[in-house]
Amino acid sequence: MTISSAGMQDAGPVAVETAEPVLRVRDLQTHFFTRDAVVRAVDGVSYEVARGETLGVVGESGCGKSISALSILRLIPSPPGRIVGGEIRFHDQNLLELPMSEMRALRGNRISMIFQDPMTSLNPVMTVGAQLGEALQLHQGLSRAEAEDQAAEMLKMVRISEPERRLREYPHQLSGGMRQRVMIAMALCCKPEVLIADEPTTALDVTVQAQILELINDLREKLGTAVVMITHDLGVVAETAQRVVVMYAGRKVEEALVEDLFDNALHPYTRGLMAAIPSHAPESGDGGRLAEIPGIVPSLGAAMTGCSFAPRCAHATEVCHNEYPPLEEARSRHTVACWHWREFAGDKARP
Amino acid sequence: MLLTREKDGALASRTVRDGRTGQFRAAAIRLARRNPVAASGVLLLTLVVLLAVFAPLAGTVDPDAISPIHRLRSPSLEHWFGTDSVGRDLYSRIVYGTRVSLLIGFSVAVLSTGIGFLIGLLAGFNRLADALLMRIMDGLMAVPPILLAIALMALSGASVGNVIMAITIAEVPRVTRLVRSVVLTLRDQPFVEAAHAAGTRGWRILFIHILPNTVAPLIVQATYVCASAMIIEAILSFLGAGAPPTVPSWGNIIAEGRTLFLVAPYIVIVPSLFLSVTVLAVNLLGDGMRDALDPRLANRM
Repeated sequence: MTISSAGMQDAGPVAVETAEPVLRVRDLQTHFFTRDAVVRAVDGVSYEVARGETLGVVGESGCGKSISALSILRLIPSPPGRIVGGEIRFHDQNLLELPMSEMRALRGNRISMIFQDPMTSLNPVMTVGAQLGEALQLHQGLSRAEAEDQAAEMLKMVRISEPERRLREYPHQLSGGMRQRVMIAMALCCKPEVLIADEPTTALDVTVQAQILELINDLREKLGTAVVMITHDLGVVAETAQRVVVMYAGRKVEEALVEDLFDNALHPYTRGLMAAIPSHAPESGDGGRLAEIPGIVPSLGAAMTGCSFAPRCAHATEVCHNEYPPLEEARSRHTVACWHWREFAGDKARP
Repeated sequence: MLLTREKDGALASRTVRDGRTGQFRAAAIRLARRNPVAASGVLLLTLVVLLAVFAPLAGTVDPDAISPIHRLRSPSLEHWFGTDSVGRDLYSRIVYGTRVSLLIGFSVAVLSTGIGFLIGLLAGFNRLADALLMRIMDGLMAVPPILLAIALMALSGASVGNVIMAITIAEVPRVTRLVRSVVLTLRDQPFVEAAHAAGTRGWRILFIHILPNTVAPLIVQATYVCASAMIIEAILSFLGAGAPPTVPSWGNIIAEGRTLFLVAPYIVIVPSLFLSVTVLAVNLLGDGMRDALDPRLANRM
């Protein structure tokens, strides 16, 4: 039902390196088995990310972004969750087949994750130094003192002033932005090859947001990390990502290079997201009312036929309600799952 | 350090001794200013503990020495709180009774938090153990703690050790529930998930990340257990199911004074006051610690 993005390998004329992907998610299916329904939180998602590249994963709340990320680390709470199908390739290993002990050795070491909420993602009774040092001691076999030196080094790298003093402080003594920096330092301390950032800036205010994104960008360039940037904020995507995957209701609906997506979004959902970005150009709005996508993300527990976006889509026709559209390659490195994408191909996504 | 004028004379002395004493004094002053309730609890409890530890030096006589000629004397200079129906000095009996109360209160607090902690940790982390252990705890909780303690005392015979055991068994389920609930909450905290994502092993998460977070509520609970153990002890002794009659305890003294309440009300009133004040002190301390240790309130500073 999902055509995997074979077109991705085509060398387009786009100035993004097409290196061998470090992480390749293929047809991932993560379902939650609740008492009265099977919730298909992730239902056949494929994407890949190369060394030094940032892949943006965009979508509304509840569309399976975070679950797909947690699936990569195999952190899905089970029961009720289970990865029922697909493949997650890290280099040439399928992570879904690794024994738990090897998976643990990868986590935080070669693949690491930044969580959304820096306020609750740090242990309140451990000093910053102890928490930073934990992964280092665990994965690099450093002694406590060495780990502490390294931790101070990491804090310097994420631009926290007075790192030696901060190491001895507890999370509640730090501001939100500083805590997120600490989280980033923790995620990067073992120089991971893949960094999954799950809405890293959602809990922060705008000025701090920009600093954190810049920091992640810098570190990605410096360390050659592949970054999966999960966000619902297209602004964040525009600032950081080279390629974007748009998810809706557990599926990938569109994938494109970032400029291409912003210029020529083909899926009505993506176009809706773009239209919902607040803009301050007064002539473009009709009285300044912000465009919205009517309705909400459908409950993933219900059995669905047809395109999952059809109930909210202004362009939906009969075929949309009856059959899920295949993922088609609209142009080089741009795939979309919509029956009507050809109708939008001509006009610009944003007025 | 500038404000050394405190109600506690010992703390107010201006001589700066070694650094440790200075630090302790600074901490005490900070506590008194920021949390006067807890400080008064600490002060009262310290007095009671000192009284218990130095009972023989506190102007007491043998608490068991009977003297029929001096029975039922009203409070006087010779017998500060009077004498009971067989002429024993009430002051001495109450002071020695402090020892029993505190011993039982502290022992029960330590034992039941220790045992409850282990059971709660296990129950919070393992579903099977959870189902099994918590049903046992539910069963224990279905019986009112005092009845349970009376039943256990009836089975085991009167001795201070048995009182401690009986009250501990009655208190363990409450501690277990607390620890279990805290572990269950913590288990789903993002920082635990973050630790998993960092590749930390399960048992390490349990001991490094979860266990230290349970300490604060546990300490607070321990103080409440301590207070309630002292009351249960008094009730048991009052009912004749507690400390043996030869051991002076507040409950015993109240029980003996009960029949003479109209003649010599002080026999009941004075030990009751001691019991109330001690329990109050422990509870104040507990409240103060809860305020100080609660991470949600810790930020206000």
